[in-house]
Amino acid sequence: MEGRKLRGMFGSQTKPETEEGQNTMSQAGPVTETSSQAPGTVSARRAKTLEAKGVNLYYGDFHAVENVTMTIEPNKVTALIGSSGCGKTTFLRSLNRMHELTPGASVKGDIYLDGEDIYGGGVDPVAVRRLVGMVFQQPNPFPTMSIYDNVAAGLNFNAGKVSKGDKDAVVEKSLRGAHLWDEVKDRLDRPGSGLSGGQQQRLCIARATAVSPEVLLMDEPCSALDPVATLAIEDLIAELKKEYTIAIVTHNMQQAARASDNTAFFNLDESGKPGHLVEIGTTEDIFTRPKQKETEDYVSGRFG
Amino acid sequence: MTPPPPADAAVLSTRSLLAGEGHRGGTLPSWAPWGALGGALVFCAAALAALGWFTIALTLVFGALIGIVAVYAWSRAVEGARRAKDRAITMAIASAFAVAMAPLISLLYEVVRRGVQGLSWEFFTSDARGVVGGGGAEHAIVGTLVIAGCAALISVPIGIMAAIYLNEYGRGPLRRALTFFVDVMTGIPSIVAGLFAYALFELFFGPGIQMGIMGSVALSVLMIPIVIRSAEEVLKIVPNHLREASYALGTPKWKTIAKVVLPTAFAGLVTGVMIAIARIVGETAPLLVTTGVVDSLNANPFQGRMQNLAVYAYNEYRSPGVMKQASYDRAWAAALTLIAIVMILNVIARLVYRRYKTETR
Ligand SMILES: Nc1ncnc2c1ncn2[C@@H]1O[C@H](COP(=O)(O)OP(=O)(O)O)[C@@H](O)[C@H]1O
Ligand SMILES: [Mg+2]
Repeated sequence: MEGRKLRGMFGSQTKPETEEGQNTMSQAGPVTETSSQAPGTVSARRAKTLEAKGVNLYYGDFHAVENVTMTIEPNKVTALIGSSGCGKTTFLRSLNRMHELTPGASVKGDIYLDGEDIYGGGVDPVAVRRLVGMVFQQPNPFPTMSIYDNVAAGLNFNAGKVSKGDKDAVVEKSLRGAHLWDEVKDRLDRPGSGLSGGQQQRLCIARATAVSPEVLLMDEPCSALDPVATLAIEDLIAELKKEYTIAIVTHNMQQAARASDNTAFFNLDESGKPGHLVEIGTTEDIFTRPKQKETEDYVSGRFG
Repeated sequence: MTPPPPADAAVLSTRSLLAGEGHRGGTLPSWAPWGALGGALVFCAAALAALGWFTIALTLVFGALIGIVAVYAWSRAVEGARRAKDRAITMAIASAFAVAMAPLISLLYEVVRRGVQGLSWEFFTSDARGVVGGGGAEHAIVGTLVIAGCAALISVPIGIMAAIYLNEYGRGPLRRALTFFVDVMTGIPSIVAGLFAYALFELFFGPGIQMGIMGSVALSVLMIPIVIRSAEEVLKIVPNHLREASYALGTPKWKTIAKVVLPTAFAGLVTGVMIAIARIVGETAPLLVTTGVVDSLNANPFQGRMQNLAVYAYNEYRSPGVMKQASYDRAWAAALTLIAIVMILNVIARLVYRRYKTETR
């Protein structure tokens, strides 16, 4: 019974599961959604919860992340902060099964998406990534594709036949959602690589949301951007959480304080040792009443 | 009350600092290197002629040496030691480049000079069947294109798929072993490829078999490793973050390769294929064995012997007819046609690369 349910959720060939009455993760998902909704409107919906239980991550023999247990709440922004090299990126990539793409990398522990183990047997990692999208540190639009095709890439690759009208609607909605529509609507057929860094990053966000994932993972999405572009992305994140569950890695403490609801602080005792989760709480608690001395030192700028 | 002008000493020292050490203040006119070189060449030609030793080679060698020394001395007097050294070394490197280019240019010159004498309308539009000491090379041109085309049809899919395997899927010892064998294959002498193709077809069709497709198979043995090598290099530089961006959209690996990796690498792949074809289009030995020598037009690679330009040139030279010079001219014309085909392939490669290259970080 349990096994069948898992496959129903993650098997890439399965038909949409409609019993939950919310947006489905099927291939036709984004299209059905937009056809019933005017482009550009953002309606709140309950996204899914991600829960890590006793997660340990390895690169070959190297133990990179030790025993992380935490919950990433739905429709909230969870910031992952901590010094460089403590395993934030590694942990984030385990949440959509990108970690295992690194040769030799392995995972121990369990991660649940609304109660279903994404590392369980019979789960297709490709289907997991359709539900848990990712935005990378460096903006990485596909250089061979136009702005339009970049946003439509997920549909073009994976959604079978989608009518031009439906595709247009998804592209417009995603670009509006990424606050990019007005800047690019007259040049959708131009290459995505011709945009500025901040625009490229918003294009990547539009590309990730065009496939209607449940969760968006962002790995320092602003680290390559100037302050104005950074603020634009932060505004966008606040908007996006109405529809998605968001986890964002940042090394910028003000950004965590401004843009997140919950904050998880990672640290490592010394380099070469695995990184671990020190504490997680509401952003306000972490920044004003941290439970751990380590956290207090870090958020107040005194690295211990 | 304007501020007093800066002291002369300070101005001078800043200027000389900017000019650099050992600077003399002057600059040679921009024509100086060429002028000196030209003067030196004229001087050498005159001097050697006066001595009765004049040859072009001697003039060039001594002219270049004297030109470099002259520019060095002139620049040292006007510009200072460092600038002079810089000029002398620049000229020496340019001369070395000219020496490297000399054989290529004289080869091209010779082929064009002799080749055009054999070119005619007849050369391109008729074969040599039943003609004594005449005829054209149409059959050889068609044969060259058919054999090379079939070789490309065989090699390109195999080579690119092998490169995809090696770069995207292969791991560990198997991958290393395959890479090693590809390297070995690039070193196979072409006659061995010809004998291999002959032996292979002999198994099925019996001894004495010769046809165009056999030549294509032989050329594929030579071409596949070249395609693999170049395709592998091109796939390697497709940045990993593009693959990851595709995976993060929930795209399976094979689709990521088909929709992201190959399109990104397209320009480089085409260039590699063109250069591989250019490499094998002029092969002679394996085709002598596998496609034979024939005088008449045959465009069907699966039936009968097929002529090609390299074998044609070889044959016209080895067994000229009664009018020897006409045969030699045709051999050179065939060589010129081959070179033209290679050049066209290279030009296409460049154009495709310019048009389709993608900027990747
Ligand atoms: N591909 C990899 N192979 C081996 N070790 C890696 C790899 N990526 C990261 N690491 C190591 O894992 C640890 C955590 O890195 P990372 O997750 O990138 O940290 P952060 O994002 O917090 O700066 C570091 O010690 C890093 O050197
Ligand atoms: Mg990182």
